Amino acid sequence: MNELTHGASLDGGEHPEPVDVTDELIAEHGLSADEYKHLLEIIGRTPSATELGIFSVMWSEHCSYKSSRYHLKKLPVEGPQVIQGPGENAGVVDLGDGQAAIFKMESHNHPSFIEPFQGAATGVGGIMRDVFTMGARPIANLNALRFGAPENAKTRHLVNGVVAGIAGYGNCMGVPTVGGETNFDKRYNQNILVNAMCIGLADTDKIFYSAAKGVGLPVVYVGSKTGRDGIHGATMASAEFDDQSDEKRPTVQVGDPFTEKLLLEACLELMSSDAIIAIQDMGAAGLTSSSVEMADKGGVGFDMNLDLVPQRETGMTAYEMMLSESQERMLMVLKPGSEPAAKKIFDKWDLDFAVIGETTDTGRLVVRQNGIVEANLPVATLADSAPEYQRPFEKTAAQPVVAAEDLPDVEDLFSALNSLMGGAHLCSRRWIWEQYDHMVMGDTVGRPGGDAAVVRVHGTKKGLAAATDVTPRYCYSDPYEGGKQAVVETWRNITAVGATPLAITNCLNFGNPTRPDIMGQFVGCLEGMGDACRALDYPIVSGNVSLYNETNGIGIPPTPAIGGIGLIDDHDKLTSVALTDEGLALILVGETKGHVGQSLFQELLTGDFNGAPPPVDLALERRTGDAVRELILSGKLSAVHDVSDGGLLVAIAEMCLAGDVGVILEPYQGQIKREAYWFGEDQARYLLAVPAGEATGIIAELSKLGLETSQIGLSSGKEITIKGGGSIALQTLRTAHEGYLPNLLA
Amino acid sequence: MRASVIVFPGSNCDRDIAVALTAALDQKPAMVWHGDTSVPPSDLIVLPGGFSFGDYLRSGAMAAQSPIMKDVVAKAKAGVPVLGICNGFQVLTEAGLLPGALMRNRDIKFLCKDVLLKVERNDSIYTSQYKAGEVIRVPIAHHDGNYFADDETIKSLEDEGLVAFRYVDETGAASAAANPNGSVNNIAGIYSADMKVLGLMPHPERLISPALGGSDGAPMFKSLTEALS
Repeated sequence: MNELTHGASLDGGEHPEPVDVTDELIAEHGLSADEYKHLLEIIGRTPSATELGIFSVMWSEHCSYKSSRYHLKKLPVEGPQVIQGPGENAGVVDLGDGQAAIFKMESHNHPSFIEPFQGAATGVGGIMRDVFTMGARPIANLNALRFGAPENAKTRHLVNGVVAGIAGYGNCMGVPTVGGETNFDKRYNQNILVNAMCIGLADTDKIFYSAAKGVGLPVVYVGSKTGRDGIHGATMASAEFDDQSDEKRPTVQVGDPFTEKLLLEACLELMSSDAIIAIQDMGAAGLTSSSVEMADKGGVGFDMNLDLVPQRETGMTAYEMMLSESQERMLMVLKPGSEPAAKKIFDKWDLDFAVIGETTDTGRLVVRQNGIVEANLPVATLADSAPEYQRPFEKTAAQPVVAAEDLPDVEDLFSALNSLMGGAHLCSRRWIWEQYDHMVMGDTVGRPGGDAAVVRVHGTKKGLAAATDVTPRYCYSDPYEGGKQAVVETWRNITAVGATPLAITNCLNFGNPTRPDIMGQFVGCLEGMGDACRALDYPIVSGNVSLYNETNGIGIPPTPAIGGIGLIDDHDKLTSVALTDEGLALILVGETKGHVGQSLFQELLTGDFNGAPPPVDLALERRTGDAVRELILSGKLSAVHDVSDGGLLVAIAEMCLAGDVGVILEPYQGQIKREAYWFGEDQARYLLAVPAGEATGIIAELSKLGLETSQIGLSSGKEITIKGGGSIALQTLRTAHEGYLPNLLA
Repeated sequence: MRASVIVFPGSNCDRDIAVALTAALDQKPAMVWHGDTSVPPSDLIVLPGGFSFGDYLRSGAMAAQSPIMKDVVAKAKAGVPVLGICNGFQVLTEAGLLPGALMRNRDIKFLCKDVLLKVERNDSIYTSQYKAGEVIRVPIAHHDGNYFADDETIKSLEDEGLVAFRYVDETGAASAAANPNGSVNNIAGIYSADMKVLGLMPHPERLISPALGGSDGAPMFKSLTEALS
């Protein structure tokens, strides 16, 4: 970085001293020449160093959504259940009885690759702050993780670091990490994805927003002191990696979960009074984005004196302080006169509390240090004038449907099953989730390992179900169908436990948006997601976009991770995947066409994923899921599992392993190839286990709704057997299934 | 029965234990801030799980120096029962109310899972509602649960029957495979010499109803209610 000259006082203290702007300096701030020209037009003079820094982060892809905004606007964000859609720190959904769920998912991909423990930890810390800054106590964390190939030299280090980082932060906070998903794929070798989701619970009349309405109000800084860490984190997260990425380590923040726990308790304590007018966490772009967003939403100006900001280092410039991403900090605007009572709360929790400025009627962000104005910018323009690009995009070419007949024959279905269940894609994730405290808070009624995790709404019979999903290989092959499938998969997982899906958050991880093919993936996925959300009345209430997940010109597969939540009125009615009793009929609902393209089975046989992914029939999904949920709530089902990755036989095996009871299956005698029946990944399918005597009635009931339904087996013993087609002992499967990750990682 | 729960800034199982105590006692415990200097009159004091001061130093080391701990130690010495769960157990060892130390888990990872415990004896105020030798299922959730003490201390704990709970397999055997964290002699919890202070790493308060996946923790709170009401 060039030497940046300090601004000096000008006549009247109006404008800071301009910096000597060179092309290199502009480029270092991630601005294009056109963007800098635009900046000059807006402020009508050469910016100071601090102002250039402020524009740089505000206009970064990470903060401004400049490549994605145009398309995001097309997503469905409304519904009777929605209290707050995108645009605030997190989305808010009504749970009834005066309570709301506040939730969001966010990426911490770039920092986690550079420093996996701290990158992941601060990702978790950041998303929890987004939730409790709105007045909610976090009650569940989830995540969506993508790593490189298992055999990649760095994977082991990254998985260990990321998992320990998530555990270290969430466990200390005392918020259960109840669910998530993990994929391994060589295309993430140089760009892992760490997406963290948090769900909080709040009273609907105690939700806090970031609009700082009112003039002459104190602007208050609370939490950790500001240091030089994480400067330009948002800019880093808006650029590609190259071979020197390790050198970006100083841009990674360091987490302190204990301080965040104090901050959580202090904020909630203060929120129980009426002192807070507006509050916003200092996340990406720290003091800059929090102050600009609060001032902009409130239609006011902020006048801040940086000398009053608690600092943990000496000699920090205004530039550094405005761009620092030190963790565990919040900015608040309080009612005048409430400062002493508020300070007392933060004193009790041993946290800094400092009035650093006030709101003004000038509409300007004025930043002072040592009596000198270091920045003086129009808030509304700064917030709203970020460039918006309609980047050129190329629609992803349609792939041919792979015929099952083109795959090699498989003699032993169970050997294939064992390879799948004991491989990277489908092995047990227990090694991961056992490092997360998933039971703290005493409300986890659906633990990790099922279709959706469920936590009780404390003190009630209600359960909040949550799941994260996306199948990147589907999205890569057909962004539109993949986008649909990602949404539907969470909806199905929530349905499979008996809950009614309410809304989603998302984390849109893609490569470099200036490449038309990547932009085509983005546009396609969003169209698919939008259609799925509309068809399922399952709106998007919050989210995050992470672009430039690319190294040396090679991007990740499109990965729009979806985090869904749902509600069940009585958690005693929850079902699980576990087949726990003998003598249960296993019923398959949904049509099996034997779609093998992009299936795990295809990769097992051919070493690669090819062709079109399974299509998603949204109307059928909804009819099927609604019918299954109704059956669950009527109490007729003993176990339920949706059929997804790996297909039918894998889903059956997962049910058997979960309950430690085997099954005897009818041989397949239909028209499609046998292997495709057992391992195809057709959508809109569920497996139901019911007492044998009730099977006929339930099949008739579902068939009447036009759903293809048949009994395919009966639970029994400790093996999975296909009549006349061999068998496998559960113990054999379990050894393979549970052994893979510990062997890889320990 | 009057119970008090000590709340350190980083306690995070304080609410969970309060819920369990309230269910068993039909009466809410007093929540006592660590910065206070005296515990209200109590029949039971609980040090809950969590990360009292972040545990960046040895777990529980700073909490043991909190103002409230002077009174907790004094009351324990006067015979008031003190229960320390997880981080509370670590605090008890740091405060000198129980011998030994909790080191980092053998596999150096945080571990959250159900484990099987053998109830070594049922003649304590904590275990009367269990059978002696009963195997129960209770979750652990810790990073530093690897119990260690010198040979002499271990010998005296064993000889005097002060081991409260041991990690075992389904048959009740304290096998190496059943030991989740490397604890000496599979020790999961110990009593003080007068059997009034109990420290244990597992969380009985987390399994108190079938909805949570089991209720093997509930008898401990019933035992306390019977003994102390």
